[in-house]
Amino acid sequence: MGSRASRLLREEEIEEIKKETGFSHSQITRLYSRFTSLDKGENGTLSREDFQRIPELAINPLGDRIINAFFPEGYFVLVIFREDQVNFRGFMRTLAHFRPIEDNEKNKNPATEPLNSRTNKLLFAFRLYDLDRDDKISRDELLQVLRMMVGVNISDEQLGSIADRTIQEADTNGDSCISFNEFIKVLEKVDVEQKMSIRFLH
Amino acid sequence: MPSRTVSHGASGRLRGLFLVMVLVFLEGSVFTVAVASSDQHSPITAHSGSHKATDHGSHNNTGKAFPVLDLNYENVRVPFEISLWVLLASLMKLGFHLVPHLSNIVPESCLLIVVGLLVGGIIRGTGETVPPVLDSKLFFYILLPPIILDAGYFLPIRPFMENLGTILIFAVVGTLWNAFFVGGLLYGVCQIGTESSSILSRIGLLQCLLFGSIISAVDPVAVLAVFEEIHINELLHILVFGESLLNDAVTVVLYHLFEEFSGIGSVTLLKGFLGVISFFVVALGGVLVGVLYGILAAFTSRFTSHTRVIEPLFVFLYSYMAYLSAEIFHLSGIMALIACGAVMRPYVEANISHKSHTTIKYFLKMWSSVSETLIFIFLGVATVAGPHDWNWTFVTVTVILCLVARVIGVVGLTFIINKFRIVKLTTKDQFIIAYGGLRGAIAFSLGFLLNKEHFPEREIFLTAIITVIFFTVFVQGMTIKPLVELLAVKKKQEAKRSINEEIHTQFLDHLLTGIEDICGHYGHHHWKDKLNRFNKKYVKKCLIAGERSKEPQLIAFYHKMEMKQAIQLVESGGGIKMPSAVPSTVSMQNIQPRPSTKPAPERAIPQLSKNKEEEIRKILRTNLQRTRQRLRSYNRHTLVADPYEDGLSDLFLKKQKMFQIEKKMNTYLTVPAPPPDSPTMCRARLASDPQAYSIKPASNKVPMIQVDLASPQSPDSVNLLDEFGQPPSRPREAKKPSEEDEAKDQQRLMRCLSDPGPSADEDEDGAFLP
Repeated sequence: MGSRASRLLREEEIEEIKKETGFSHSQITRLYSRFTSLDKGENGTLSREDFQRIPELAINPLGDRIINAFFPEGYFVLVIFREDQVNFRGFMRTLAHFRPIEDNEKNKNPATEPLNSRTNKLLFAFRLYDLDRDDKISRDELLQVLRMMVGVNISDEQLGSIADRTIQEADTNGDSCISFNEFIKVLEKVDVEQKMSIRFLH
Repeated sequence: MPSRTVSHGASGRLRGLFLVMVLVFLEGSVFTVAVASSDQHSPITAHSGSHKATDHGSHNNTGKAFPVLDLNYENVRVPFEISLWVLLASLMKLGFHLVPHLSNIVPESCLLIVVGLLVGGIIRGTGETVPPVLDSKLFFYILLPPIILDAGYFLPIRPFMENLGTILIFAVVGTLWNAFFVGGLLYGVCQIGTESSSILSRIGLLQCLLFGSIISAVDPVAVLAVFEEIHINELLHILVFGESLLNDAVTVVLYHLFEEFSGIGSVTLLKGFLGVISFFVVALGGVLVGVLYGILAAFTSRFTSHTRVIEPLFVFLYSYMAYLSAEIFHLSGIMALIACGAVMRPYVEANISHKSHTTIKYFLKMWSSVSETLIFIFLGVATVAGPHDWNWTFVTVTVILCLVARVIGVVGLTFIINKFRIVKLTTKDQFIIAYGGLRGAIAFSLGFLLNKEHFPEREIFLTAIITVIFFTVFVQGMTIKPLVELLAVKKKQEAKRSINEEIHTQFLDHLLTGIEDICGHYGHHHWKDKLNRFNKKYVKKCLIAGERSKEPQLIAFYHKMEMKQAIQLVESGGGIKMPSAVPSTVSMQNIQPRPSTKPAPERAIPQLSKNKEEEIRKILRTNLQRTRQRLRSYNRHTLVADPYEDGLSDLFLKKQKMFQIEKKMNTYLTVPAPPPDSPTMCRARLASDPQAYSIKPASNKVPMIQVDLASPQSPDSVNLLDEFGQPPSRPREAKKPSEEDEAKDQQRLMRCLSDPGPSADEDEDGAFLP
C-alpha cells in the first residue's frame, strides 16, 4: 500500500464524515475498504465504469439511475462537463441516506434533519424518478421507470394505463404529475424507515 | 319512520334470538336423550346380537306385526352425533352475534368454552358419562389441520419473512426458556414447598420439565381467535402469530424428548445432544415435506384447466397429505402445513379459475371456523368430564410461573433482538407480545396423550393445564381489547394496497438491492432479489401454465385491482354514480358506492340504467361468478355466443390481446355510446381479429376530445376519450348515443375480465382503494 499511503483515511476525515453522515468509526472504515476495492484505477475516486463493473448492478433494472445518484451534479451537467468521478466523501454522503434511523435522532429540528431522515430518504427516491429535477414526476418519467421494472413483454398501452392510474391515485392538485408532497402522502403507509435502511452493522 | 324501523329491528332480533335459544335447547335435549338412549340401546343390542341388526331387513318370526315405523338409532349414531355437535357449534356462533354487544365485550372463544361447560353440565346432570370428546386423535388429525392450513395459506409472506429472525428467536429460544423455567421452578417448589409425603414431591424433574414444555407453547388457535377480534397492527400480529406457529417444532421435540427420558429414566449427554439435532431435523424436515407437497400441488394445478371443478380438492388434499406425512416421521406437521400452503399459493393462484379461488377461500374459512368453535366447546366439555385432581399449590404456582416466565422471556429477548432490528420493538409492543401469549387446546391435547403409567400425576397436570388455558383465554382474552385501546397500540390499517404503493415498493426493492450490491453487503434484499430471479427464470416456467408464467408481478397486481373494481361496480347494483369527466379528480374512488368526500364532479352523472346493468351482469355471470340474486334478472336472449362459460382459462390466452386493445382506450372516463350488444360483439371480434378494435377518433356522433395515446397526455385530454369509436363498418349496432356510461362500464368490465386470476391478499375487507 505504499503508493496509496496518501489515500489512507485520515482521522480528521473520519471525524468529518462521522459528523456529516452519522456513521460510526467501524462502519466508515469498512465502507472505505469497499470503496478502495471498487476503485480499480486507484486514484481515490470512483467513475461510472467502476460502478458498472459490479455484476449485480448490471442486471438491476434501476442500475443506471442508482449510479447516477452518486454523482453529485445534475444529470445534464454531467453530460456536458463529464465530471463523473465521486470521491469517498460523496460516496458516503449518498450512502448515508440508507442508514437506519435511530431513536435518538428522531424529533430533531426539522431544519437540520440528518441525511437519513424519512423525508430525505423519500427525497432520494423521488429524485430517482424525477430525472429532469423539476420536482414533479411526470407521466413520461413514470412510464420510463415502469418500463424498466416490467420488462419488454408488456405493451405500451398497458403500461400507459397503469401509469395513468398511478398518477390519478396520487395526484391531489390536478396537475397530472406527482409532486414530492403527493409522493410522501402516497407512501405514508409504507414503512419507509425500515424499507429504505440497510444494516451496516459489523 | 325511524322509530318504527328501530323497534322492528329490535323485535326482529329478539325474535331471532329467542328462536335460536329454543333451537339450541331442543337440540341439546335431543342430544342428551340420544346419548342416554344410546347407552340404553347397547345392552339390548348386546343381548339380541345380530338379531336386531338384521331386523329391519328381515321379517320377524315371532309374529310381531310388520314394523311400519321402526326406531334404529345405532346405525346412524356416530354420524348423527357428529352432526349434532357441529350443528350446535354453528348455532352457537350464530347466537352470539345476534345478542347485541356481547361479542364486543367477550371474545367468542370464552363464550364457546362456557357453552361447552353448559353442555357438559347438562350431560352430566342427566346422569350420563360425558363422552371424551377431545380425543387427541380427533384433535390432531381432524380439528387442527384446517385451522393451520387456513393460517398458512393466507399467511402474509412479506411481513413474515421480514421478521423471520425475530419470530424464530421468540419461538425457539422463548419456548425453551419458558419450558425450562416453568419446569425447573415447579420441580423446586414441589420438592421444597411441600411435605415429603405429599403427592407433589413425588413428581420427578423430568415430569416437571415435560409439563413445562407442554404448557409453555403459545397456541395458534387461541391466538387467532383472540387476535382477529382486536385488529392489531400487522407487525405485532405476525410476531405473535408466527411465534405460535413455529414453536410447534420445539414443542414436538421437547415433548418426545422428555417422554422418552421419563420412560427410560436416565439422561445422558449424548441424548441431550441428539435432542438438539432432532430439533433441526424436525423443523427443517417438516418444512421440506411441506415444500415438496406444495410444489407437487402447484405442478398439478398447472394441468387442471379442463377440470376446474376439482381444483380446490387438490389444494386441500396435498396440504393434508403433507401434514400426515410429516406426522408419520414425527416431524412438525404444523410447519409442513404452513410451508405447503405458503409455497403453493402463488403458483396455484396463477393457474386456477376465479371460482376455484373463491371456493378454496370459503371452504378454508368455513372449516377453520367450525374447527375452532368445536375445539373451544370441547374444551368446555372436557373440563366437565375430568378426571380432575385439584391441587392448590400446583395450579397457582403454575399459573404464576407461566406469566412470569413469559414476561421475562419477552423482555429479555427483545433486548437482544433490538440490537439487530432496524425498527425496534417498543415497550408497548413487548407488552402486547407478552400478554398475547395464550395457551390453548394443543396443550390440553398433549397432556391428554400422556401415558398414565409413566405419569401417575397426569390428572394434576391436566387440571393445571386447563386452569392455565382458562386463565389465559378468559382473563387475558377479555382484557386484551381494552388494553389495546388504552395503550393506543397502532391498529391494523384497513386500506388495501394501492397501485402506487405496489410500484414504489418494488422500486424501493430494486433500489435497496442495488445499494446493497454497491456496498458489497449481502443482506436481506440481495438474497430476496436472487430468489425472485430464480423464481422467475426457472420455477414459474414449470409451475404456471401458459402465458401467465411470464407476467410480471406488477401487471398481475394491476389486473386484480381492475377485476375487483369491476365486481364491486356490479355488486353495488344500480344507482351508483359513474365517474365524472373532471380531470384528475377522476380516480377509482369515485366509482365506489360509498360517499366520497371529493369535490362534486362538474358534469351530471347519468345513472346506470337497467339495460346496462343487465349487460354487465351477463358478462360477469358468464365469466366470473354468479351475481347476487337481488340484482334484477338477466335477459337470456341477448346472450349470443357464450363459449367462455366456465373458462377464464381461454380468456387468459386472449387476455393479452384483449388487454392491448383495451389499453388503447383510456379507462376511467365517460365514453360515447356503445352498442348494446357490444360485449358479445367484443368477444366475437376478439375471436376473429383483434385489430378490428381500432380507435376511430373522428366520429361526429358524440362530441369528444381525442387523445392520441402514444403521446403524453395533456391534462385536458385525460377527460374525455373516445373509446368506442363509431367505425362505419359496424352498421348493425344500434347506438344510443346518450348512454355513455354503459360503454364505459363495459370497457372497464372487459378489462377486468381480462384479469387472469384472483388474489387472496387483501380480500377480507370489501373496501377498495381509498
